Amino acid sequence: MNIYAIGDNALTISFSNIIDEKINKQVLSLFDLLTQQKIIGVKDIIPSYSSLSVVYDMIEIKKQHHRPFNFIKQQIEQLIKDYPVPFENNYRIITIPVCYDTSFALDIIELAEQKNISVDELIHLYTKKTYRVYMIGFLPGFAYMGKVDERLATPRRKSPRINIAAGSVGIAGEQTGIYPLASPGGWNIIGRTPIKMFDAKKEQPAFLQAGDEVQFIPISLEEFNQQLL
Amino acid sequence: MSTKIIKQGIADSIQDAGRFGYQHLGINPNGVMDSIAAQTANILVGNIIHDAVIELHFPASAFLFQQQSIIAISGADFTAMINNVIIPINMPVIVQKNGVLRFSKIKEGARAYLAIRKGFNISQWLHSYSTNTKANAGGHLGRYLHKYDELQLNDTSNYSTLLNNHDCIILNWKADIKDLYLQNHTIRMIKGNEYDRLNESSKKILASSSFVISTQSDRMGYRMKGEKLILNNVQQLISTAVTKGTIQLLPDGQMIILMADHQTTGGYPRIGHVISTDISSLAQYPFNTAIHFTFIEQHEAEDLFFKQYQYLQQLQNACTFRLQEYLLQHGID
Repeated sequence: MNIYAIGDNALTISFSNIIDEKINKQVLSLFDLLTQQKIIGVKDIIPSYSSLSVVYDMIEIKKQHHRPFNFIKQQIEQLIKDYPVPFENNYRIITIPVCYDTSFALDIIELAEQKNISVDELIHLYTKKTYRVYMIGFLPGFAYMGKVDERLATPRRKSPRINIAAGSVGIAGEQTGIYPLASPGGWNIIGRTPIKMFDAKKEQPAFLQAGDEVQFIPISLEEFNQQLL
Repeated sequence: MSTKIIKQGIADSIQDAGRFGYQHLGINPNGVMDSIAAQTANILVGNIIHDAVIELHFPASAFLFQQQSIIAISGADFTAMINNVIIPINMPVIVQKNGVLRFSKIKEGARAYLAIRKGFNISQWLHSYSTNTKANAGGHLGRYLHKYDELQLNDTSNYSTLLNNHDCIILNWKADIKDLYLQNHTIRMIKGNEYDRLNESSKKILASSSFVISTQSDRMGYRMKGEKLILNNVQQLISTAVTKGTIQLLPDGQMIILMADHQTTGGYPRIGHVISTDISSLAQYPFNTAIHFTFIEQHEAEDLFFKQYQYLQQLQNACTFRLQEYLLQHGID
């Protein structure tokens, strides 16, 4: 583990530089711990695949006569000593309906051809497992999930699309994700969910959070239209 | 009562100190680009320093005041006028009902901040007034201000005895904040975690060459144009959190400095981080400004920011006293 500054008001606790479930559990354990601790001056705690970042208010900490970076670093080091991570996270299992109709699944035919499998096999391979939400980033509510079956892993499109519809489900490398809002993007689109993945009006605006286990349920175009709110 | 936008600016929005506590949900913080100017404008009208302000770019919106108001503009000087009278930046101004505020010409800077005494009667989204155009939330309807938008104001005071039928009154004290901005275009930064991946000649280039702010810069980030920087180690990074001021090296060897609307996470090598104290200076440089970079230590960055904070505190104490005294003399609270 290594702690380094990412600016004069933020630092990162890095556990490694790989995508690994065990390491991500360490990250989320520390996220939970820091969230409960309410360390003075902490404004944001941001988990990612293999690291956790903390944004803090320099002035709040300076007012207590501490050096901001040193103070936050020491607090975290002490916590990790007192509460060795990871501990068992309580995770949620979330089911998400996805329609794989080609009118939404812009890249599904090409991807199936490329991988030498049928579209039905592709859907089967994609839906037979659950996916861990490793982190949320890029856009409000955008969940980075993994890992997809190695037979489905595929790099980002060479030229990103200018506009991808909200709810679009995509694959990039071993990762899968859902565009919560209409956005430019380069992921290979294989379907769309009728669920609003981000709703600013809700108290919990993001549908998913890091640590969730996601199960995709295939639905027909008819069901998609019925479930669309 | 309210102020109404009668001419649309190119990208004017309501912002405050930013929305924190939600970046783990991918919700980017937003907030003002130049926090010195936003705080100064608030200080001059007697608001709390992190109250909502309107951030203006040129060509900026024009405002019809449908009630008497005390306003202040700080940051860029866009030659503000009330009706036909030019009003200065960094001074409080009392505006008559039906006064029109326009901005006619860029004199200096890139972003102006308009504060109105007692603030806007709008609701917060996730504890902040800042506009998040990605989530279409916060600020006024989650978007840039449009023509015919009406912003409700909290102030119900009557300033008739002060205005005495004038279109506006410029109060005779000024916030002197010039020294809070860099005079030499040399942006100070601390080293980033991937700084040591730069090859030796690139390290020299970074420390000695000038870089130009490209026209592809906006509230999300400033793209720099200059000599290419080259990494010794091109091992890919896994996405992790990024912050305002983070200087990433893009695959084409050019730098981008992340600004107020930055994404919450990113995966490009971080060669440095602009110190918080200098973000405001950077925010005021127009396109094609040439800048230099210099490294300082973390603890120096902390001390500089604390000094800036103390200066603004003193300014607030002085200005609040002046305004209160002035209003009390005229029986207004």
